Amino acid sequence: MTFDTASTSMRSKVRTPSRAIRAGRAFACFDRPFHWLALSAAMSLLGLLIAIGIALVWRSELSLRTFGLRFLVQSVWDPVRHQFSALTSLYGTIVSSVIGLALAVPLSLAIGFYLAELAPPPLASFFGTAVELLGAIPSIIYGMWGLFVLAPIMADQIQPAIQSVLGSLPLFQGPPMGIGLFTAGVILALMVIPFVSSVAREIFTMVPAVMKESGYGIGATKWEVVRGVTLRYGLSGIVGACLLGLARALGETMAVTFVIGNRHAISLSLFEPGNSISSTLANEFTEASEPLYLSSLIELGLVLFVLTLAIQTISQLWLRRVERSMGGVR
Amino acid sequence: MKCSSAKRRRLTDLAVRLFAQVASLLALGALVWILFEVLRRGGSALSLSLLTKGPTPPGVPGGGFGNAVLGSLLMTFLATVIGVPLGLLAGIYLAEYGGGSKLADLIRLGANILMGVPSIIVGVFVYAVLVVPMGHFTGYAGAISLAIIMFPVIARSSGDILALVPASLREAALALGVPRWRVTLGIVFRAAKSGLITACLLAVARISGETAPLLFTALNSPYWPTTLNGPTANLTVTIFNYAMSPYEDWKNQAWAASLLIMLGVLVLAKGTRFLLARRRD
Repeated sequence: MTFDTASTSMRSKVRTPSRAIRAGRAFACFDRPFHWLALSAAMSLLGLLIAIGIALVWRSELSLRTFGLRFLVQSVWDPVRHQFSALTSLYGTIVSSVIGLALAVPLSLAIGFYLAELAPPPLASFFGTAVELLGAIPSIIYGMWGLFVLAPIMADQIQPAIQSVLGSLPLFQGPPMGIGLFTAGVILALMVIPFVSSVAREIFTMVPAVMKESGYGIGATKWEVVRGVTLRYGLSGIVGACLLGLARALGETMAVTFVIGNRHAISLSLFEPGNSISSTLANEFTEASEPLYLSSLIELGLVLFVLTLAIQTISQLWLRRVERSMGGVR
Repeated sequence: MKCSSAKRRRLTDLAVRLFAQVASLLALGALVWILFEVLRRGGSALSLSLLTKGPTPPGVPGGGFGNAVLGSLLMTFLATVIGVPLGLLAGIYLAEYGGGSKLADLIRLGANILMGVPSIIVGVFVYAVLVVPMGHFTGYAGAISLAIIMFPVIARSSGDILALVPASLREAALALGVPRWRVTLGIVFRAAKSGLITACLLAVARISGETAPLLFTALNSPYWPTTLNGPTANLTVTIFNYAMSPYEDWKNQAWAASLLIMLGVLVLAKGTRFLLARRRD
């Protein structure tokens, strides 16, 4: 802004500016509106976030008033008797996401480690591109693949194999149908790996070489350096990356809707079909004719929004602090 | 004793290296597997008539999803027309005016969080504020929910890209008396052109595969889109409906549509970057 005042005060003194510059100056009056335009576009990012929250509360008012806090702790979902609550969907959302993360985090760390430390540069860029592409595949394609390709294999081979070893645990009871919480978790793992592994790779490369070299200097193996130096140095960043992955898994819709089974029930077994908040919304939203039904579905959306908002905010602030303390630039 | 401990350390190291390689191969394998299945099943079902015909009634063989391709293109185009200018303006604020100020920091945080809001929630939001007051599902609502998903993505990436343009360029232009807004649009934008184009295309790639925000905004339709002011056919919701249908023919069509979407997204996401990189050489 200081430049603007300088240029206007100069204007009277310079006598013969080139045509281009004269043309440019003639529009100097647009400077302020342009600034405001950019500012309001930027502010509308924040505005949208707030508007989403308000709209969800507004449209779920009926259900909020009818069920109150009961909505969060009961597990009935009965459109015929007008009884709705969030627990079954919430349970499926959280369980499938936790399975996804439990599978994705160790694999992602290993991939990040391979890409940053082990692979020769051409291989690292090849695998890096592959992981990136895995993240670019739309969620509906994961859904198609999960339902028609992965689910039959889960039903015929993987789930019976797990049952033959761990069949006595309550987690793996029931007929191996191929669809259910476990398969949803596996698909979510594939979808989260690109995110977590790219952050892990970045964090591995951000560790100062001197620290790693001093590890090698005292005769540590690569794994020992990773465990003792790199992981410890980058731990907080990796925690942030996992939280980001969790937020993404919680809100994932199409892929989960295809394979989770869509049944309103809570069962301990991971092989049983269930549902998640997003799959309930995807399946039932357009069928909901009753105001209370629709309002309950929107309240489910509100629950998901608040959940992801909280995790996103925490992880973003956390990662910011980590970046500042590690001096990295992103 | 000492010897065996050294051996154990070496073995552990080897095991971890092996695990890292296996994990990377696993990710690569999953990618190849998914691409292969979509290519195989979609490729055998895809034909020109699928793209030129509209759907037939359930159970009647033949027909296609040409109407859905057109509807998706229209909505993606409209979303781009809305989302790109808004996103670029917000990016301009972040890079040119906000800088490192507290407000700009808050807006960056908000944009990151908005990017993390599940796309189905954006669909519910647009349903609540547009579809309910209008009284019916419309393609406009679909395009707007796609634009909302694009907006923070472009704002953040263009903000980062514009910030990379050296300050000396701006200062040189300002010293000549060029107004600030022309410096931004005429000089900073020109310097960052290829990066901005890539950012926009990546955002388009991202929304062209989105399904969830269209489910209760644009819905779907068996007819050719003559106007966006009504339920509008689109590829992704068609895939969802056809995949869940009991008809073998429709399932095959869902695979063909998946192939189309996947090719579109991957070409947009990767091809442009490749093209731009080659032009620069």
